[in-house]
Amino acid sequence: MSNATATAPNYELIQRDGLDTGLLEISMGPHHPSTHGVFRMDVKLDGETVVDLQPVFGYLHRNHEKLAENMSYLSSMPFTDRLDYFNSMTNNWAYALAAEQLIEIEIPERAEYLRVIMSELTRLVNHVSLVGFFVNDLGALGTPLLYAFREREKILDLFEQASGARMMCNYFRFGGLRNDVPEGWLDRAREVVDRFPKFLDEYEKLLCENEIILSRTQGVGNLSKELAISAGITGPMLRASGESYDIRKVDRYGIYDRFQFRVPYSEGDVGDCYDRFMVRMLEMRESIGILKQALDGIEDGPVLGNAPKVFKPKPAEAYGRIEAPKGELGFYLIADGTPKPYRFRVRPPSFINLTVLRDMCLGQKVADAVIILGSIDIVLGEVDR
Amino acid sequence: MSLLGGGILKGMAVTLRNFVGSYFDRDRLTTNDYAWRAGDSLPQHAGEYPKEEGEQLRDTTTVNNYSRNFPMLLHDEGEPMDSIRCVACQICERECPPQCIYIEKSEDKKERGGNKAQFYPAKFDIDVSVCMSCQICVEVCPFDAIVMNSQFELSTPDRFGGLLLRRDDLLKSNGYYHKIHPEEAAARDQRMAEEKAAKEAKKKAAAEAAKKKAEENAKAEAEAGNEKQEDPQ
Repeated sequence: MSNATATAPNYELIQRDGLDTGLLEISMGPHHPSTHGVFRMDVKLDGETVVDLQPVFGYLHRNHEKLAENMSYLSSMPFTDRLDYFNSMTNNWAYALAAEQLIEIEIPERAEYLRVIMSELTRLVNHVSLVGFFVNDLGALGTPLLYAFREREKILDLFEQASGARMMCNYFRFGGLRNDVPEGWLDRAREVVDRFPKFLDEYEKLLCENEIILSRTQGVGNLSKELAISAGITGPMLRASGESYDIRKVDRYGIYDRFQFRVPYSEGDVGDCYDRFMVRMLEMRESIGILKQALDGIEDGPVLGNAPKVFKPKPAEAYGRIEAPKGELGFYLIADGTPKPYRFRVRPPSFINLTVLRDMCLGQKVADAVIILGSIDIVLGEVDR
Repeated sequence: MSLLGGGILKGMAVTLRNFVGSYFDRDRLTTNDYAWRAGDSLPQHAGEYPKEEGEQLRDTTTVNNYSRNFPMLLHDEGEPMDSIRCVACQICERECPPQCIYIEKSEDKKERGGNKAQFYPAKFDIDVSVCMSCQICVEVCPFDAIVMNSQFELSTPDRFGGLLLRRDDLLKSNGYYHKIHPEEAAARDQRMAEEKAAKEAKKKAAAEAAKKKAEENAKAEAEAGNEKQEDPQ
């Protein structure tokens, strides 16, 4: 900590009664419990008010893109699990979508249904634990987070039974899925999905009317629609700022055109932490609706199309994107006719959503900077890659 | 709703219901007991740690049938090295994303299980401190020689040597595979049998076609010979 000079914009140093009331510079992180990983915020404070904030990241850089350019297309599939390690299934899907554009493969019907089921279960996992972490940042230590993790565990068990691993699933393949789900899996999934709304009712009762949460989140960390759009924000954060934009509706990738669901978004132009929190709560309800339709519509059949043994696409470029739980997740591939991609680029939602952190935090209290960061929903594995 | 703090009280009612409910409904518990202590009252969850007290963990079969941990090498019945399926083709070594497999091909060929003589791995090491359990090696293997084990009690005081599994540590029988992943093993055996049958049928058909062709050739030759013989007359 040091007394910094007043370099922050629009700030005038207050001199009062001969006291030195200079800015206080605090380095929050990289191991601060509120930063969800190894992330650092250089905060300049006037008393308790944030007057400047510099995000510092890169502590978890693992060279994902260059690694992928030096191995075969299939071999980098397990590495996509480790981007956003909460949502390995959706990461797999985005990469598979991009690769499937490079080469003509027909995806079997059952695989399409299972992809939707897995991806919506992932959305439930992500949102339910994000809400838990978010109220954890607010100071509700433990209880809501543990309830969320209890429910998350049931879904992770389903993932383990289908793919062999709870989190690093590595389940999607170019042209379908690695293997079919075991016998009785769909019934177990139906049971979990049927029970989930009951838990959500309870969760909403626990959190949504709580006066402390309301006063801590309403009007905190506002993000206007204009700024959100011009900064390229996607996902629940953009919808909380008042723009109804969902790639499941825009692109209708996979078989999302077959399902009835609504896209929750905030009607006002506030975009505060409460909006972001509520949009996720409402999205879980819609995910359950999609899951019920998909579990009813799924039929028997193969799960893997006739993908070529050696994946060697002709020179071309492809961009596959999906609505991941955190926003638009895209994979950009350039093929040069060899079994390795010439260029492999990830468009990570949490990294781009993080860019507006400073704008949202300026003028807020330092304790609120923690919950604003929490409401963005970042995973550092994806930010740093 | 005007009572200040009403929302908080409502939320507290939820926590109270969960606390009291956890004594009657295990689904409300945020933690699971050890399976051997909880007995049958545990919900049918995956990944149950030792089912019985004092169970030998090194050969545990109690993790669920689908979980995967690190690879192992399969051999059929008999002496491991006489029936090892691996032919040291090194595809898995090339495809392994974190590059944790090291193979040295044998210099001589060895006959296994009535098949024609093949190379075998003189060295086959997997560094499980690097392995990320992704199962790519299993998928690329054309000989069904490498599959995933579910053994997870691998902690050792030796950080380097203890976590470097050698060929003989990795060798497991097909029977063991059936024990830990029954469905997957049965499906794999069935597919292998089908492939073998198809191969043999193809071989048989090819042999028959060759025989037929040879017969026809012989016949044609004989006829030609007859014609030749007839010619001078």
